[in-house]
Amino acid sequence: MSENSKIFKDGLWEQNVVFAQMLALCPTMAVTTSGTNGLGMGLASTAVLVVANILVSLIRKTVSSQVRIPVFVVLIATLVTIVDMAINAWLHELYKVLGLFIALIVVNCAILGRAEAFAVKNGVVASALDGIAMGLGFTGALTVIGLIREFLGAGTLFAQASQLLGPSFAFLEVKVAGYGGALLMILPPGAFAVLGFLLAGKRIIDQKLAERSVPAAQPATA
Amino acid sequence: MTPISITAQPVASPHAHGGNSVSRTMFRVQMALLPATLYGFWLYGWPSVFLWLLTILSCVGFEALSLKLMGSQRIKPTLLDGSAVLTGWLLAMTLPPWAPWWVAVLGGFIAIIIGKQVFGGLGQNVFNPAMVARVALLVSFPLPLTLWVMPLPMSSLPTPDFVASLRIFLTSLPVPDAMTSATLLGHAKTELARGIDLAQALGTAPALSWLGMRAGSFGESAALLILCGGLYLLITRVITWHAPLAVLAGVVIPAAIAHGVDPGRFLSAESHLLSGALMLGAFFIATDYVTSPNTATGQIVFGLGIGFLTWVIRSFGGYPEGMAFAVLLMNAMTPVIDRFVKPRILGRDRKGKPLDIPENA
Repeated sequence: MSENSKIFKDGLWEQNVVFAQMLALCPTMAVTTSGTNGLGMGLASTAVLVVANILVSLIRKTVSSQVRIPVFVVLIATLVTIVDMAINAWLHELYKVLGLFIALIVVNCAILGRAEAFAVKNGVVASALDGIAMGLGFTGALTVIGLIREFLGAGTLFAQASQLLGPSFAFLEVKVAGYGGALLMILPPGAFAVLGFLLAGKRIIDQKLAERSVPAAQPATA
Repeated sequence: MTPISITAQPVASPHAHGGNSVSRTMFRVQMALLPATLYGFWLYGWPSVFLWLLTILSCVGFEALSLKLMGSQRIKPTLLDGSAVLTGWLLAMTLPPWAPWWVAVLGGFIAIIIGKQVFGGLGQNVFNPAMVARVALLVSFPLPLTLWVMPLPMSSLPTPDFVASLRIFLTSLPVPDAMTSATLLGHAKTELARGIDLAQALGTAPALSWLGMRAGSFGESAALLILCGGLYLLITRVITWHAPLAVLAGVVIPAAIAHGVDPGRFLSAESHLLSGALMLGAFFIATDYVTSPNTATGQIVFGLGIGFLTWVIRSFGGYPEGMAFAVLLMNAMTPVIDRFVKPRILGRDRKGKPLDIPENA
């Protein structure tokens, strides 16, 4: 497996921010009340993550290790402010929903974590790829949790997606007729329950994959 | 001197088996629930029978499913220990008698899978499974879970026959409006919210009744019959008096004081005692072995907490009834209580120091 595809596999599955590293759980719990919110939050974080990774990787040789954390935080805070203003300007409806959580991307441990764990040790291209992969993994996790909670809690899928992605994406919006929804799934306990079941599901899939790869590997070596 | 046989039966030992078992305990609790359940069938007719049956079936079914998914070797013995049946039974008792079928199925799922098996099955759960399901259903579906019907013997409408009842249960027939009624707690809360004094509001309120002649959950309105069941459990030593008495005291004492101070704002102790799930909660929920503290002192603290929180939620909270919330909150406190009130270790005093051996022993 090449370096780059390993970066992607780590970001999307093996080291997924939410499902494997269990980082950034606060925004995960708070904003995933619908698929659209999850998607918007994920994409905003991805943008910050990619640029932060590139910048950190660029300056990694000039910053001494004693002051690196404050420098990283200032960098990330600048980026988040830009993203915050951009969403406020162009995606105001989404901004009203995500609100505080956009600003809180600054202290999202996933972003500082990737800067510390990957970008300071790798080149610009690899860091950018890592940012994309981790960001997409995070977006995917948030979207899936958001979709499940939205479906069970309100009986819709991707409600108001056209406000985030443009009118051409209105086909994504699904409404289940005659289902009022279980309010609990929109409330915090629903987030914990869905995350718990998804984590368990990932473990089961990983176990099955490991079982399947073992018998497959044996005849090849024998 | 005759050699002592090593296979000799010990004459007096700490190892005698009392003959008790999980299934016997569960059976006795079910027997204690039986009078109130049968009476509930008489009060609310066929729909409540269907609800009771499907809730239990759903609990047993989900228990079997999760045991199978976990690859358990003891599916049949675990199912036969009666704990899933009891959970379903208790849950059904707390539901509105004419709740639709999906409430029963979903309630079984939440109680058994999320409330119990996720933690590792019987004995591992932190929260009382029936109460977890009750609260989750109430928060998720406020409308069907607060649709109370009048007891049939009090109603002027004809009793629905078997087929009509089945259709009501399967939601193809709506519950007739003339059948529905408010509970005393709900009525008091609505009138207080409208700014009407209780002394005036209670003139139009449903009357109190020891026999459960009032709107309410299917199995919890007949205070007298639940009290009988509780006494049977006390006599057969399935439960001790500490938790139930503490729950009742925790409600009655603050209710009596507040009612004495401001009768226009607070309900009397008697109406608290005979309303909602208080009796059922005190004798059947607060005494759950798994989710209550181990020591007698701990159980008194636990019970007082449940009672007081119930009174606080009923008097000041957003929901008219707070028993299930109070039980869940105190379930969460149980490990803390057990940490501070520990059982005495045999041969040691409460602080863990060895007891003095008497000189002449």
